[in-house]
Amino acid sequence: MSSCNVFAPSCHLQVFLANDSCHALYNLKAPPFMLPSPVSSISLAFLFCDSASGCTAKKQSSPFDRRRRASKAVAYFGLKPPPYQLDALEPHMSKKTVELHWGGHHRGYLENLNKALAKDDVLYSYTMDELITVTYNRGNPLPIFNNAAQVWNHDFFWESMQPGGGGIPELGLLDQIEKDFGSFTNFREKFVEAALTSFGSGWVWLVLKREEKHLAIVKTSNAFTPLIWDDIVSKYCLSRRLINVFFQPIINLDVWEHAYYLDYKNERAKYVNAFMDHLVSWNTAMGRLARAEAFVNLGEPNIPVA
Amino acid sequence: MALRSLFSRKSLAGLSAASRTSSCLDSRALGLAGLSQSRGLKTASLPDLPYDYGALEPAISGDIMQLHHQKHHQTYVTNYNKALEQLHEATLKGDVGTVVKLQSAIKFNGGGHVNHSIFWKNLAPVREGGGEPPHGSLGWAIDTHFGSVEALIQKMNAEGAALQGSGWVWLGLDKETKKLVVDTTANQDPLVTKGATLIPLLGIDVWEHAYYLQYKNVRPDYLKNIWKVMNWKYAGEIYQQECP
Repeated sequence: MSSCNVFAPSCHLQVFLANDSCHALYNLKAPPFMLPSPVSSISLAFLFCDSASGCTAKKQSSPFDRRRRASKAVAYFGLKPPPYQLDALEPHMSKKTVELHWGGHHRGYLENLNKALAKDDVLYSYTMDELITVTYNRGNPLPIFNNAAQVWNHDFFWESMQPGGGGIPELGLLDQIEKDFGSFTNFREKFVEAALTSFGSGWVWLVLKREEKHLAIVKTSNAFTPLIWDDIVSKYCLSRRLINVFFQPIINLDVWEHAYYLDYKNERAKYVNAFMDHLVSWNTAMGRLARAEAFVNLGEPNIPVA
Repeated sequence: MALRSLFSRKSLAGLSAASRTSSCLDSRALGLAGLSQSRGLKTASLPDLPYDYGALEPAISGDIMQLHHQKHHQTYVTNYNKALEQLHEATLKGDVGTVVKLQSAIKFNGGGHVNHSIFWKNLAPVREGGGEPPHGSLGWAIDTHFGSVEALIQKMNAEGAALQGSGWVWLGLDKETKKLVVDTTANQDPLVTKGATLIPLLGIDVWEHAYYLQYKNVRPDYLKNIWKVMNWKYAGEIYQQECP
């Protein structure tokens, strides 16, 4: 049992409670079954970390388990709409593209994920983050991995953009970028280059390397996400993963052809420049960075003030 | 281009050393018809399509064919030549680090050139025999290996639809065992990366650029329709050469 990452779109609220030997994680998330209106359920998972004997994880059965068995649940995760109207990114990303990308591709991944979950008793009650980590299967991804990771990647992508975005970030984030890349221009150049030299379908990410408190640009192919790169750690001590995601995503850019083909055809460079100049949400990035830094302390987790 | 004009005859020795280091991919690419010789350095060039851009409609639109050929394939050719020149230079200097670093660009762009050159020949307008099922020894071999042409098509469509991201689905021939195989490759990896003895008979491009303007996110429809313009004659000829 590992954490539902605070940045995961499936997670709306996460609270850490800590005492000397036990961390409890209350994870308030979207209901894992279909409901007519947005209703939240609380699934409780307790994680015990015994400092003397290493880490053990124990999962408390969810209060909904019985109900799930009783009802014919068909959907587990919902399709989260982008935080703006579908035409709000025009003319840099057309309504047609967003409609198809979100309503076609993103929905397709989600429906396939839900279909697969309906057949799988074991993965049934996992959070999205757990699903991704577990189905990554230490480098031999299970079929379900692609769908779960692509749902997460797309949720993260829609939130990485905003109408009237782009340009240069402010204060804290800009400072961090200048510190880690020399200048914003240099960062921009590196990010664009990464997007243009990605061989095939995939994603480009700005991540915070948490150990070093250092920003970096990384590329992943197809459905892969930097979230899985800390899997080695979770092998040794499952509970450490709660606060020790090595590569904390700040921004991602979809460089699958479907993300830009209707608007820019083969000219990926135009798409990437439009993203940098008009779409990327530095506001979101700033929030994600602040939250990532808030959890950098690897001792007792910081309890955010509500 | 400027660099290329500087190459003397003497530097050819360096080039052949370079192709030795860069695997059989390059030697295969160098054997293609779309390669031209210019002042010593053999570079790739964009082959002409053996039919008009609109000739495969309605299975594949003219828009797609034009972009796919003039833009995508041309970019692979351009970048392959660029990498080849850099490789040549690095080889002359004995700069091993750069030679190694260039391998991924050569594999990707060279592979893109190899794959697309085959792909154009794999297709034909209906009036020129596109979609006509295979005859002769290939047809017989398909029945033996897969049961029927329909079963093969179904298998290739299923594998093509299931392929994650960008790539190709192939009908290949293992020239040693003389067996037919269906396989997929990621990105622009040519079939030979799956086995040194594999020869491609048919390749279907399942990159989104191959179908997106027409079929959007419904890749299975593209796969279903492409068989209507499949040039089995070409596949049959290659098969015949290897299994006379």
